[in-house]
Amino acid sequence: MRDRLRRVDGGSVATHVILSLGALVMVFPFLWQLLTALKTLGEAVHVPTTFLPEKWNWSSFEEVFTALPYGKMLGNSVINTVGRTVGQLVFCSLAAYAFARMRFRGKNVLFALFLSVLLVPSSLLVLPQYDIIQRLGLLNSAPALFLPGMFSAFGTFMLRQFFLSLPRELEEAARIDGAGPFRIFWSIMLPLIRPALAALAVITAMWSWNDLLWPLVVNTDPAKMPISAGLTSLEGQFETNYPVMMAGSLIASLPMILLYLFLQRHFVQGIAQSGTKG
Amino acid sequence: MAVFPSTAAAEAEGRIRRPRTKAGPGGATRGPNSRTQKAAYLFIAPIGLGFLLFYIWPMFQTFGYSFTSFGPFGGNSWIGGDNYARVLQDVTVWRAVGNTLLYGAIGLVTLPLSIAVAALLNRRGLRGVSVYRALYFIPFVTLPVAVGLVWNWLYNGNFGLLNEVLSWFGMSRHYWVSDPSSALWAIGLVSVWQSIGYYLIIFIAGIKGIPQDYYEAAELDGAGPVRRFFTITLPLLSPSIFFAAIICVINSLQMFDLIYVMMAPTNPALGSTQSVVSLFYQWAFQQNNQGAAAALAFVLMLLTASLTYLQFRLQKRWVHYA
Repeated sequence: MRDRLRRVDGGSVATHVILSLGALVMVFPFLWQLLTALKTLGEAVHVPTTFLPEKWNWSSFEEVFTALPYGKMLGNSVINTVGRTVGQLVFCSLAAYAFARMRFRGKNVLFALFLSVLLVPSSLLVLPQYDIIQRLGLLNSAPALFLPGMFSAFGTFMLRQFFLSLPRELEEAARIDGAGPFRIFWSIMLPLIRPALAALAVITAMWSWNDLLWPLVVNTDPAKMPISAGLTSLEGQFETNYPVMMAGSLIASLPMILLYLFLQRHFVQGIAQSGTKG
Repeated sequence: MAVFPSTAAAEAEGRIRRPRTKAGPGGATRGPNSRTQKAAYLFIAPIGLGFLLFYIWPMFQTFGYSFTSFGPFGGNSWIGGDNYARVLQDVTVWRAVGNTLLYGAIGLVTLPLSIAVAALLNRRGLRGVSVYRALYFIPFVTLPVAVGLVWNWLYNGNFGLLNEVLSWFGMSRHYWVSDPSSALWAIGLVSVWQSIGYYLIIFIAGIKGIPQDYYEAAELDGAGPVRRFFTITLPLLSPSIFFAAIICVINSLQMFDLIYVMMAPTNPALGSTQSVVSLFYQWAFQQNNQGAAAALAFVLMLLTASLTYLQFRLQKRWVHYA
């Protein structure tokens, strides 16, 4: 018995060693990013490399904000993220409820049409989407960033699955009490799928914050860019100033990392939902 | 972000459920009443209009573009299949297709890595599982542009940490992202690093779904952890692996962000790292060659569809549905 216990312990130590080494590989680039951002350019390119900065030097962080309208770019990213997320929560949940719980003519045809949206790669849509935004006079504007992304077939299917899993009795009872369809949707069904809404919200927020190609196409004015595109112009400007680029990239990625650390459960739920049918 | 297998699953579930609801209270023959019908259309209208304007109409429009030549001053003319002929004859297209497939193959390496980590995390009584999971997942939520910049700095030929560490072992300096022979692999590795956490979550969920009794029974029969992994975990995880493989290939075919960030326009290795989407972006928005770009987008869709179809065909050979 004692022998067995010891063996199990040995195994779990080995497991921890392997997992920790892996975790180090996952986290080390971020540590290096921070350490480089705190060095002066001279120290960053010094060979042999120093690990810790000689003196903690925060000037690269300031430089990022003076070289580019970085504050505005962060704001644009927030607008983009909130716009797409709120849009998807509203539009997807409405449609998802209808597809899950209501009977109407043409349901299957419409559903198939929605399905087709899911299957088309975005590169097939970007050119005409750009033309539409241009024709609406919205190039280099906030709505240009989030307009197409407010509508999501993925979100609709995900929420529909949750609506399908709810018991019917609740709706029946409410209907007998005289509640209309919207009332039933809003005050009975929607609160019941709150976990799914949270999961969809964080996943959408992540995709919106990190999106690059679309913002690159529609908003070329630095003051209207979100931070993802802004960081690429920082790259163009400071090609060899590594501390400034590391500081800029740290600022740009930190909001989503923090959101993840605070709302981990919902991220995991969202990924697992999009991943397996369970 | 294509996730259709899960919706196929949802569909299947829906199909199973639907008869049950029809047979429920209220009778099987009740047709849709006009009030709920009207409400349903109102519920669907907002997203339906959005789809029509931004997704369905553009689909047809891109198809039209692919037969059009765009003049520099807005004069467009119908040129039949010339764009497609150009796409098929252009060497850069074939290189991009080859690169893209290679990204897909490299991407598949992520799966065994994630499965291994998931299996280790599944060890009974292991402490700190949530901490590990959180750490492995951080690269996935991180802005890809930032990820690309950090790795470019690590890969840097003159001052990068990677070369420095390798020099301790007597290896000579290498310009990882500007040498055409290593650049694609360097970018592919970053993409593997970035997505391990994503597949990890899928596989953790998959492993959780395996009944514990199987393991207990196998343990009673004297099967060790390795044996249990190969005879229980792996086969029963195969539906998750199949799903992950599909997502992985589709995502790899969409490679753009990392390449855009890591490869400066002057980089000599540009041609040997360019993916189909990068080439599309270049044609459509940098060279104003929208017609050929549209044709290229259709080639990409065809490639995606045929690879997905192939995977579905092959799944019968190795996926076990419990």
